[in-house]
Amino acid sequence: MTLPILLVISSGLFCIGLLAALSRRHAIFILIGIEMMLAAANLNFIAFWRFGPQPAQPTGMMVAIFAIAIAAAEAAVGLAMVIVVYRHFRSTNVDQLDRLKG
Amino acid sequence: MNSWITNNVWLIPAAPIAASLLILAFGKAARRAAAAVAIVGQIAALTMSIFAFVPTLHSHGFRAVQNFTWFTFGEQILRIGFVLDPLAAAMLLMIALVGLCIFVFSIGYMGEDKNFSRFFAYLSFFSGAMLGVVVANSLLLLFVFWELVGLASYLLIGFWIERPSAAAAAKKAFITTRIGDMGFFLGILLLYHRSGTLLFYDGGRGCLEPVALSAIGSSVTLVALLIFCGAMGKSGQFPLHVWLPDAMEGPTPVSALIHAATMVAAGVFLVARVYPIFSVGAINGVTPSLTVVVWIGVITGLMAALIAIAQFDIKRILAYSTVSQLGLMMVSLGAGGVAAGIMHLLAHGFFKALLFLGAGSVIHGLHHEQDIRKMGGLHRLMPITFLTYAVGMMALSGVPFFFSGGWTKEEILHATSNWPRSHLPHYLALIGVILTALYMTRQIIYVFFGNRRAASEHAHESPSVMAIPLIVLAVCAVFLSVVLTPAWPWLESYLTGHPARFDARLLIQPMIVVSLALVGAGVSVGIWMYRRAGEADPLQHAQPALFRFLENKMWIDEIYGRTVIALSAILARLSDWMDRHVWDALVQDIGRIGQFLGRVTTSADERVINAGVDESTSGAHGLGRLMSRWHSGQIQTYLGAVALGMLALVLLYAWLG
Repeated sequence: MTLPILLVISSGLFCIGLLAALSRRHAIFILIGIEMMLAAANLNFIAFWRFGPQPAQPTGMMVAIFAIAIAAAEAAVGLAMVIVVYRHFRSTNVDQLDRLKG
Repeated sequence: MNSWITNNVWLIPAAPIAASLLILAFGKAARRAAAAVAIVGQIAALTMSIFAFVPTLHSHGFRAVQNFTWFTFGEQILRIGFVLDPLAAAMLLMIALVGLCIFVFSIGYMGEDKNFSRFFAYLSFFSGAMLGVVVANSLLLLFVFWELVGLASYLLIGFWIERPSAAAAAKKAFITTRIGDMGFFLGILLLYHRSGTLLFYDGGRGCLEPVALSAIGSSVTLVALLIFCGAMGKSGQFPLHVWLPDAMEGPTPVSALIHAATMVAAGVFLVARVYPIFSVGAINGVTPSLTVVVWIGVITGLMAALIAIAQFDIKRILAYSTVSQLGLMMVSLGAGGVAAGIMHLLAHGFFKALLFLGAGSVIHGLHHEQDIRKMGGLHRLMPITFLTYAVGMMALSGVPFFFSGGWTKEEILHATSNWPRSHLPHYLALIGVILTALYMTRQIIYVFFGNRRAASEHAHESPSVMAIPLIVLAVCAVFLSVVLTPAWPWLESYLTGHPARFDARLLIQPMIVVSLALVGAGVSVGIWMYRRAGEADPLQHAQPALFRFLENKMWIDEIYGRTVIALSAILARLSDWMDRHVWDALVQDIGRIGQFLGRVTTSADERVINAGVDESTSGAHGLGRLMSRWHSGQIQTYLGAVALGMLALVLLYAWLG
């Protein structure tokens, strides 16, 4: 297992997440896509830490754990918003949610 | 001997004024309460006047002064204040007592009137303003109250506002006195310019005290004469007397108040108050200003007494008698008899209020008939009115010994006989005494004796609320003579500060014989002339031309109409024409220039400024539309844009290094 392989995996994960976020119409799938992009970023952190100059200290791992915690909070907020949006509009199709247009 | 009231003299005028404001604020609904409030205010003023009177008795020359700063104007400090001295205390007592009698009488007299409570508000205001004149220790403060008196008289003379004659009389009174007040105000300004103070007494620096008087210098005569102008207007002296008889248009209690206690007394009081200004630099008791006062008084007194003989309106006769008596007071003041003049003013206040209220009682009993030719034989029908009226008549005529007017008139004759300049005023005053007795006899015979004529068939005596004030005033008019006799001149010593001694020999003096003879002559001539008087006046038969001259008030109103008023009418018409054709045209031309300028700026606005603003706003509008297209509201478009931007940054980073 070398650094380039990990980077390729993480960029692949990122691209899948981006594709999901951009192309799915359901708000929950978009949230899932965003979570996948976050996971790719975390994987990058871990990879660069593991193959970096000071792998003995657990700095990269700490950052990744923080990011996962924040992502969990963010997912909770996002899911709550989706529920509120659904109650309000009776839909989670983001094509129809365009009230903020100029 | 200072008590709380001597330090708070301002409370005395404040009480009736507060009552007046209270009535004006709440009185519409409650008629009885309005009268009660007014009378309570007046009783408060009377009580405080008595309390203020007591300390002035203890020491001769008592004077309590409180001055305070009204406002500071740059370097100038304007101070006003209140004073209590024997002159003020005696006046306070007279005004409050006479006013109270008139207030009580008004309850009966005005009982039917629909504006009952407004009437009492004005009466209280009038009384309060006059009390203020008396206690003012500054010429400016006195002037303020003086004008309030004028305002109150205007409101009351024109009280029956639906009558055009009442409105005209009110206007006449206001404007005529205003002419005098203009002189008065100029006098105040000149005095302030010269002496630098308007306080009367200020611990040696007031304008009535020697330091300031010497600072006025040579213009003191002018100051005195200008102040006298104001007194002439208020006290109805010739040539400004014309408003006083017309003031009879007001309700009778108002006439009583104006003629006895308040308005006209103010002028005489003013001269007495600022007497040092008149008398400074006197040689043998004569100064130019005092000489003017004497002559104006003599002319007024004699002229009004003559006119009174030929009047038929019961109130007008009394009005002219007031003018005549005021003339006599002025003569006395001018001839050096200050105490005599003030004593006559005080005594006159009582018996003239009595006469006016008696006349009011007669008018009330005859259902508002004022022509004495339609009265007659009332002495049986209205006994109380008749008896009290007779007391008033004898006091006014100057019957000695028992009636206050007799002693004071004698004092005045005494003063005039000692005037060194000329003896003519003395003799003319003697003629005035005869005439007074004559016209009062005429009035009494017409009203109370002889046959009952048209209006007296259904006459009735007035209710007790009107009779009691008459009795009180009659008792005062008689009782006052006790303190006026030359044998024990208590009031004179109180006013002048010289101690009084009892000396019974002074009771019989040459002057008393003279005045007894004069009054006797006047009364007997009157009885002889009018013993068979009917609808037509005997004098009218004998001397029709003279009678017509007197009946028409010597045509003074007509002379004013032809000269002063015609002149001002011409001036008014001229200025009207100027206004319409000269000033108006000028204003219109200036207006046209303005219009033209307006048009120029309008077009500049529309073509230059508006165009620029329009252009920039439409540009901003277009830009806004373009930008708003980017905001589709589609979250995935935004997300895509973010992704593209990030990709671009990554590529840029890769390309650069």
